[in-house]
Parts: sequence; C-alpha cells; structure tokens
Amino acid sequence: MALRSKTFHESYHEDIKILGTMWSKAWMGLFVLAMLILPYASDTYIVYLVNLSCIATVAALGLNLLTGFTGQISLGHAAFLAIGSYTAALLGDGLDMPFWITLPAGGVVAALAGVLVGIPCLRLKGLYLAMATMSFGVMVEYILVTWKGLTGGERGMYMPEVDIFGYILDTDEKVYYFLVAITAIMVIAAKNIVRTRVGRAFIAVRDRDIAAEVMGVNLTLYKVMAFALGAFYAGVAGGMYAYVMGHIHPEHFTLLSSVEYLAMIIVGGLGSILGSIFGAVFIVVIPEFIKLFAQAVERVVPAMAGKYDEEWNIAVFGLLIMLFLIFEPGGFNAIWQRLKTGFKNWPFTY
Amino acid sequence: MYLLELLVSGIAVGSLYALIAMGFVLIYKGTGVINFAQGEVIMVAAFVAYYLVTGFGVPFWLAVPLTLIAAALLGAGTERLVIRPMLGEPVFSVVMVTIGLSIFLRSMSGIVFGHHNYIFPNPFPTEPMHIGGIVLSHTHLWSMIISAALMTAFAVFFKFARLGLGMRATANDQDTATLMGVNIKRVFALTWGISFVIAGVAGIFLANVMVLNVGLAFIAIAAFPAVILGGLESIPGAIIGGIAIGIIENLAGGYLDQIVGGGVKDVTPFAVLFLVLMIRPYGLFGTKEVERV
Repeated sequence: MALRSKTFHESYHEDIKILGTMWSKAWMGLFVLAMLILPYASDTYIVYLVNLSCIATVAALGLNLLTGFTGQISLGHAAFLAIGSYTAALLGDGLDMPFWITLPAGGVVAALAGVLVGIPCLRLKGLYLAMATMSFGVMVEYILVTWKGLTGGERGMYMPEVDIFGYILDTDEKVYYFLVAITAIMVIAAKNIVRTRVGRAFIAVRDRDIAAEVMGVNLTLYKVMAFALGAFYAGVAGGMYAYVMGHIHPEHFTLLSSVEYLAMIIVGGLGSILGSIFGAVFIVVIPEFIKLFAQAVERVVPAMAGKYDEEWNIAVFGLLIMLFLIFEPGGFNAIWQRLKTGFKNWPFTY
Repeated sequence: MYLLELLVSGIAVGSLYALIAMGFVLIYKGTGVINFAQGEVIMVAAFVAYYLVTGFGVPFWLAVPLTLIAAALLGAGTERLVIRPMLGEPVFSVVMVTIGLSIFLRSMSGIVFGHHNYIFPNPFPTEPMHIGGIVLSHTHLWSMIISAALMTAFAVFFKFARLGLGMRATANDQDTATLMGVNIKRVFALTWGISFVIAGVAGIFLANVMVLNVGLAFIAIAAFPAVILGGLESIPGAIIGGIAIGIIENLAGGYLDQIVGGGVKDVTPFAVLFLVLMIRPYGLFGTKEVERV
C-alpha cells in the first residue's frame, strides 16, 4: 500500500462517508474496544463520570442540532430535558413502564413541546428568539414547582432502576453499557442527519435563512424540525438522567443548566457532532479537576482550606465560555482538527 | 381602592424595571448586543455603594458619584477586555460572552460577599408618603423622577449629540460607521461605560427597595420582559415596557396568587413576553430589521 499523503475523493459518496479511511476505521474500532472494557479497567467513580458524560452528550447533541447547525439560539434547553425527564418518571414510576417505552416517550413529548415552541418562534430571530426560549424555560420551571399534583413540586419525583426484561441495572457499571449504547445510537443518528438533505438544509438556514428560502429550503418545515429534533434529544437525555439519578427535582432544570448546555456546545464547537461530545465530556469532568486543583492549593496554602465550593465551578464555567469565545471560537473541535491536520502533514505545514 | 393601590405600586416597581431596561437598551442601541451581565453589574454596584457607606463611612451623597465612577470604569474595562476582542464576531458569540461574564461575576460575588443579606442604610425618609390615600415610599418616588430625567436626557442625546448619532450609526452598521469616520472603539467604550453607570443608579435604588444580596443580580432577568416588550432599541419603549410589566405583575400577584397559589408574580412577565413576541416579533416599539441577502 502506498504511503498516504492526502485523501482524494472521487465521488460524493466517498466525500460524505463517516469513516472514510482505513485509519479512521481502525481508530474507531480501538475507541469502541476501549469503551467496552472501561468498567473493568477503572473504578466506579470514572464509570459514573462517563455515565454523566453520556447524558450530557445526548443533550448537547440536541442543542447543537438546534443552535449550532440551524442557528436557532435556545436558552430553554433545560426545559426540554425537564419535560423528557418528568414524562419518563411519570411513566416509569407511576405506571411501571419499561425503559423502551419511557425513554422514547420522553423524547416524543419533549419533541411535541419543541414543535409547540418552534411554530410561534418562526418569526423570531437572534436575540428575540433567545428571549422567547428563555421565557419558555422560566414558565416550565414554574409549572414544575407549582403543579404539585403532577410533578411533586419541590419534592421532585422518583424513578426506578432500568429493568431490561427482569435484569435490573442497579450499579453504575451495569447502567454504563445501557447509556453508552443509547448515546452511540443518538450520535450515529445525529451524524447521519447532518450529512443528509435535512442537515444541509439546517446549515443553509443557519448561514442565511432568506437565501436558503430562495433556494427552495422550506423554512417553516426545517426550523420546526430542528426544534423538534433538538427537543427530542433533550427529552431522551432527560429520561436517561432520571434513570441514573433516581430522583429528579425542578432545581436540575434551571436557566443555569440551559446555559451549561450552551457552554458545552461552545467549548466543544458549534455545528460539530464531535464537538458536542468533546464539550459535554469536558463540562462534566472539569469540576473534578477544579476540585483536585483546590485540594492541591489547600495543601500548599492551609489558609485556603474549606474555601472550595460549587461556586468555583460556576465561576470557571463562566470564565471558560468567555475564554473560548475570545480565543478559540471553534472550540475543541477546531483544536482537534488542527492537531489532526498537523499530524497528517508532518513534517510539512500544509 | 385595592386596584388603585396595586396600580400605583406597579408603576413604582415598573419605574425601577424601566431604569434597568434603559441600561440594556443603551448597549443594544450602541453595539447591537444584549448584555446579560447587566444584573451582575447592578449587584456589584450596590455592593460598592454599601461598602463605601458602611465600611468607609463615606456620606451617601458622595458615595453615589464614587459608585457611578467605579461602575463606569468597570464598564470601560469590560468593553476593553471582553467585548473588544469580539469586534466583528457574530452577535450570538458576543451575547454568549456576556452570559459567561454574568455567571462569572455572579459566582465570584458569591465567593467574595457570601450569600447572606445585607441591610443597605436607607438615605431616604423611611415613613411613606400618603398622596390622596395612596401609600408610596420615597425611594419609589425618586426612582420615578430619576428614570424620567434620564429618559429625557438620552432622548436628547441620541437625537442631537454627535456622539449619540455616532452610537446609532455604529449599532446600525459597524463597517459603514467606520467608513464614515465614527471612532467605533470610543463609541463602544463610552456605550458600555454609560450603560454601567445606569446600572449603578439602578443598583443603588434596588438595594434600598429590596434586600441586598448576590441574588439581586436576578432582577435583570426579571427586567428582560420589560426590555423586549418595549422593543430592544427604543428608550421610550423601555420606560413604557418597564411600567407595563410592573403593573401587570402586580395585578397578577394581587388577583391570581390566591387562585393558582404563589409565585404568579414572577412568571407572568415571561408569559406576557412570550405572547407579545408572537404578535409583534420586534416588541411594541422596536423597528423591524430589513434584511438583504
């Protein structure tokens, strides 16, 4: 086999392939293998973090489809998660439904809510849209707290463990494979959505919606579809969250959590599937590093002992959003692509 | 009578919203961005005033200008460090930067000031006034007067002053404004400085009306409906939107709270905002953007 210098595509089919080269196939295989043996090779805490990352990934994918690909800014993503989460909990805990009903149902109900928000928001753009979605989020939060008969109000709701035909996933390791499988399905689906007609329409709408309309993209259809898709992903993520946490509470779905999801897609890379994964993992893992860093500081400066709390995490989120937008607007995805090209072309610069 | 009382206290609260909304509108008019960190600036300014008065024993009349100078410096600094690097980037990115700034400032304030309540030394007479049987506090009266004065001042400024025109030109189209000889760097720094000064004024008033704690920052989120209702680039709109939202939330709180049970006051403005945007996507007084492809 000849030494590979550049990838030459000879057909559109080749150009849009997800795993185009032998190398990417090999790396993907290694990655899948690593994910499969992870619970045996590491401790429960890391598995727990991966579980949280999976949930965040699915939620971030939804937001990236809506905001990153279609350009519809949403400050109410947590509300869609909440709808999915509470739907799943109502079905799973109240009616004893299995996961293969609760998760899709959570997604579908959230998607319906997405359509309901999307249709009236068709006329809105940019900041006005951000405001409208934000007020949707505030209203959902209010309903969660006030409608005690349905949502349990401040007490929240409980969710049983996942039950796969009698086999109960009661540990983090067991639920790990379940979550990774769902996340893989959602990632592959998203990857396929964005490389087909629908995805290209989304991107056209983002870049210039009027131009897209002139070129024959049905704006109404695709904007509403983006809302529905984004909300569906959020709803499924909400259901996964309910299963992992076992208890959901209105406080998990505030404006701040919506901002957190936005932070994920910004840090990861807007309009990039891989970026959503990077961003989600990063935002989930970063508090752990802050904690480690705080402990290290405490050892050196005893006066700092006990000063660490959640507040520092939030401050770092804020700082990260600013720094990434100023210095690396493409997020981790851009860094990754640069590294990859640098590697491929070494020792030449391009 | 109950209705009248609700209306008057609604107008009083609304004039504070209007003051906050003016800060938003100014930045939007000058730079085309919504500053999500406005509430945090309000809170920080209130804390600065508090520490000047109680910590350093500065008399109130001197503490106010000092606070406002601090706010102006914070504004210019924010512009230089955070906003200037974003010049020419899409609006979405700039807005996200201000969201980042807001959560950063808020949690840093939480770390520095803690989460307990502070009592601001009230400079106004504490006993309320009775005008024709309606009770009104001095603080609210003053906030109404100041809002009205600032509104007039800005209306004149944007209509006649060279700098005001430059700000409007910049908001309209940065490239063209630069070509026409507007120094947009200076315009940006001034816009942020002035807007933060307004936030400082609002902060001093709010600290008197409400308790002073880190949660004061959320008042700006409560003022969003006022901003949007009036339209993002209209200063009279900000005033009308602010007062309308104040009245609406007070009426909802007064009449609906018993029926639904608690908290209606906080959520009604957002419901109103959502409905208004459905009917008028650019608010009541905002101008529709004409787009070319």
